[in-house]
Amino acid sequence: MVGAVPSCTPPGQGLAVEGLTGGYGASPVLDNLSLHVPHGTMAALLAPNGAGKSTLLNLISGVLPLRAGRIEFAGQDLGRLPARTRARCVATVPQALSVPSAFSVRECVSLGRTPYLTAWGGEHETDREQVAWAMSLAQVTDLADRRVGEISGGERQRVALALALAQEPSLLLLDEATANLDLHHQVEVLSLVRRLSRERTLTVLAAIHDPNLAGLFFDQLHLLAGGRIVAGGTPEEVLCSPILESVFELRLTSLRHPVLGTPLVFWHG
Amino acid sequence: MSIRRPGSTTVFGGLLLLLLGSLIAGVAVGETAIPPGQVAQVLLSRVGWAAAVADPTLEAIILAYRLPGAVVLALVGAALSGAGVLFQGMLRNPLADPYALGTSGGAAVGAVLGMLTGARISFLGLGAVPLFAFAGAMAAMLLVMQLATVGGRLPMVTVLLAGFAVSTVLGACLTMLLQIGNLQQTTTVYRWMAGGGGVAGWREVSTAGPLILLGLAACAGLVRSLNAFSLGEDGAARVGVNVEQDKRLTLAAGSFLTAVAVSLSGLVGFVGLVVPHAARLLVGPDHRRLLPAAALAGASFLTVCDLLARVLFPPGGLPVGVVTAFLGGPFFLYLLRKSRREYQW
Repeated sequence: MVGAVPSCTPPGQGLAVEGLTGGYGASPVLDNLSLHVPHGTMAALLAPNGAGKSTLLNLISGVLPLRAGRIEFAGQDLGRLPARTRARCVATVPQALSVPSAFSVRECVSLGRTPYLTAWGGEHETDREQVAWAMSLAQVTDLADRRVGEISGGERQRVALALALAQEPSLLLLDEATANLDLHHQVEVLSLVRRLSRERTLTVLAAIHDPNLAGLFFDQLHLLAGGRIVAGGTPEEVLCSPILESVFELRLTSLRHPVLGTPLVFWHG
Repeated sequence: MSIRRPGSTTVFGGLLLLLLGSLIAGVAVGETAIPPGQVAQVLLSRVGWAAAVADPTLEAIILAYRLPGAVVLALVGAALSGAGVLFQGMLRNPLADPYALGTSGGAAVGAVLGMLTGARISFLGLGAVPLFAFAGAMAAMLLVMQLATVGGRLPMVTVLLAGFAVSTVLGACLTMLLQIGNLQQTTTVYRWMAGGGGVAGWREVSTAGPLILLGLAACAGLVRSLNAFSLGEDGAARVGVNVEQDKRLTLAAGSFLTAVAVSLSGLVGFVGLVVPHAARLLVGPDHRRLLPAAALAGASFLTVCDLLARVLFPPGGLPVGVVTAFLGGPFFLYLLRKSRREYQW
């Protein structure tokens, strides 16, 4: 059973999204959306609420069925992959981890092994090793036997990250994964993701609200508005672009980070 | 505070011993009390591990009458508790029970129709009432699934609401049938609705037993998905679960187990709601342990409840559903309090 499902082994192409169009029930409508994230790089999606960010991420992760367009990762057509195979390749860290509070942290992270378990739910030694590895990377090993219901929000988010890492993904999606975290934990989670991306050539696509945080941690920024990508490029190019002002309908000023020299953007009324 | 879960050997060894003890006690107790030692000897002699008991009447009472009765209840308890685990896990609702999809109403209407028409049909050793009850339960489930489907999907909220609505309508149908039907056997219907189904022979066991055991075994194929459903439907999809397919399979499997159970025993309440919670307190939320633990615990629980029903109210005994609620309610509250911590779902 396990051997029948191939693991995801990416060559060089990264994530290629082409011509996503249409609405999905209550989700915002996409309008011929195309996007490319090179293999092993980190891309951030900046978008006003309701622009279709979550629709896009849900289409890539398979939560929503793809109806028009094409999503390829590492040369594979994600829309045609069985759910189980896709989950070995693509993992998502949601905005908030939704899991009954009776679960221990280890039990929760183990759910990330679901696509690798036998039909009867059997675990192999590899599964336990991967869970331990994911917990240590996300720094939740000390919490392993605690209840998910009694740890802090920042810890929960690290657990969500460990769960995603336990899937051994090559493509990691962050759906506003740092939105509920304080500054320290935001930086901590994003630093960890960036380190993983560099060390393990993990491709990352993240929906994120803070343009300055995005500019600090990501290689490419993409502006999503009205269901399509209206601008994309380096943080420099996007944060200093006048399109940013029109997308968010705000007057913005960009300046340099006094220490790092990276571009920052501010609202000035 | 860290969690310590008891080891599987301890838990399942203990639960198996409990079930064995409950069955022996269930067989030993009755209008003629039989010493448990003799019960054990009769059972062991059948598999060639002990000498035959001298008294053939005793052996006949045990083998032909008491044992199938106890086995039926154990099977019903296992099926309802297993179904409760499936429904609670998949609907992510602590109040979900095996009757969530209207199976109880369907079975009741079916059973009463069986009694009213007095149909003399029989299939695989089951008479009209169990067959009609089974058909009614399955029909109700299919109706609820059909009604709850929205755009090819089966949203959980809609399932719960459709199940509730169908149950209510079927309840009204039942009352109407009883009113206009001029049913002589109102007491029989009433007992049936409280779990006094009274089907207890080897023919029934040999038909329903394999169905229940196969159903429970098939559910083992769903435990991986049930665990993933703890993450919500989107979360389950993200870890590779075929959400719509597994939802339907789980609801169908749970309702099938329920339908077989109620066709044997009538409507036994409470077991399928509370035993899964008690099992969760014992082994934690992992369905790979929770499902078998609940099935074993439910089998013992219902056997013991039936024993009490017969001991406390001879000669006919109370319908077992009365005892499950009377005994199960306080027992569950005790477990909740004893666990000291706030019970975490």
